[in-house]
Amino acid sequence: MEKPAKVIYLDHAATTAVDPRVVEAMYPYWSERYGNASSIYSLGREAAKAMEDARKTVADILHCEPQEVIFTSCGSESDNLALRGVAFAQRHRGKGRHIITTAIEHHAIGHTCEQLEKYFDFEVTYLPVDQYAMVDPDDVRRAIRKDTILISVMAANNEVGTIQPIAEIGKIAREHGIPFHTDAVQAGGTLPLDVNELQVDLLSLSAHKFYGPKGVGMLYVRKGTPLLPIQTGGGHERQRRAGTENVAGIVGLATALKLAYDHAAENNSRITALREQLIQGVLERIPDAQLTGHPSQRLPNSASFVFKYIEGESILLHLDALGICASSGSACSSGSLEPSHVLLAMGIPPEIAHGSLRLTLGRENTEEDVNYVLEVLPGIVEKLRMMSPLYQKQ
Amino acid sequence: MEYSETVMDHFMNPRNVGVIEDADGVGKKGNPVCGDLMEIFIKVEDERIVDIKFRTFGCGAAIATSSMATEMVKGKTLDEAEELTNRAVAQALGGLPPIKMHCSNLAADAIHTAIADYRRRHNEHKGL
Ligand SMILES: Cc1ncc(COP(=O)(O)O)c(C=O)c1O
Ligand code: FES
Repeated sequence: MEKPAKVIYLDHAATTAVDPRVVEAMYPYWSERYGNASSIYSLGREAAKAMEDARKTVADILHCEPQEVIFTSCGSESDNLALRGVAFAQRHRGKGRHIITTAIEHHAIGHTCEQLEKYFDFEVTYLPVDQYAMVDPDDVRRAIRKDTILISVMAANNEVGTIQPIAEIGKIAREHGIPFHTDAVQAGGTLPLDVNELQVDLLSLSAHKFYGPKGVGMLYVRKGTPLLPIQTGGGHERQRRAGTENVAGIVGLATALKLAYDHAAENNSRITALREQLIQGVLERIPDAQLTGHPSQRLPNSASFVFKYIEGESILLHLDALGICASSGSACSSGSLEPSHVLLAMGIPPEIAHGSLRLTLGRENTEEDVNYVLEVLPGIVEKLRMMSPLYQKQ
Repeated sequence: MEYSETVMDHFMNPRNVGVIEDADGVGKKGNPVCGDLMEIFIKVEDERIVDIKFRTFGCGAAIATSSMATEMVKGKTLDEAEELTNRAVAQALGGLPPIKMHCSNLAADAIHTAIADYRRRHNEHKGL
């Protein structure tokens, strides 16, 4: 098989290329309109105006007030601000110290919860998921205690693409008067983000997942939600997040988000069709392969699998040699010794979880890309199996 | 993390892959639950490894070290092969990323286990 001239990028859940229209919108804010948005003169006012326009754009998409949008430096910071900000504020008010989250969150949530438990005396319940990585809203209801001060459930999982029943969970949280956060980093740009439909009080996004720049994110915080700032300093972002604003990045985030939602319907249906072709093709051509995540309640662009008897990093290296960028939740590819906590939480045995592969499609992918993957992947899997001591060819 | 050219060569074109059905010694190391498992088969004549094959479940480094280690002991006497160290294999590969040292330690160990297996069988055979 000839290696194609261009790389086939199938790792859009990791990051995306910045849309040229976004680059163009950001451009003036580097060297031309470089003012500090807090300054009083025109150069500063220009920057402030650009930022407030961006805030309005984002607020319209989320169906919230512009003041409820806090710009941050990334999705991880948004998650940290949501968790620590609410947890510390709630405890300070004597509301309790119990947090509910899930076993499949991104480390930005998972590791933050672990730290809150270990060093700050909070108690955290990690809800289980079913074989499709789906959280049961009834489990959320059952986990609620008198001293529960925050619930955080991701909107869609980054490894297996499963979309969670956020609105249902939001309803339960609201009935109990508990602030509800969702990490919507993977959902941003494709799934609806109406914070009232979702019934969320906090929502994290990161621009680089929807064809915006890296290093800029946002946190929606519903008016009245208790939040202690985590980064203290100047009075930026209405005293909730200190630091001179990344004006170019913020303009980039808003431009990218608007472009994504202006074309979400057509992009989603085209990409979902490609995803189905990819999933069906892989399952038809490769024996002992299993789709991971929910068969239908999944992100439009996410196709994830486990292949028995082989290890994920070696699949990635072979794909890379053929010009295909993909990722895996295998321990060996992440540099840790444990395979993905998400796959383990779904009940996949560790030796099988090591053989995971995630292909996440994007705007620039075509049917030829999918066909090329379907052409080369079976051979790679077969080659690795032939040298695996776990494999007995029938 | 980046692999050297030699690692990539041995990963993409591994030498000595397979099984020796009538092997004189077999060595197994690792655990699939941890993501790596290696099997080595040797054929011995006059205290010399005349043929060697491996099968490995694991990452790029695990496969490349298996391939390199088998190359390094093929044709060697058992005493020479027993001298093979994990470090020597890693060096011959032009180095390995630090996080990969644990799985790359398996290949030389598996060869030593295969030699021990051969010696045990051989001694039993001689009624020792
Ligand atoms: C679900 C989820 N949350 C949070 C993050 C972190 O976002 P960022 O890379 O912007 O810090 C990611 C990105 O990998 C993610 O997929
Ligand atoms: S086999 Fe897991 S890191 Fe090498």
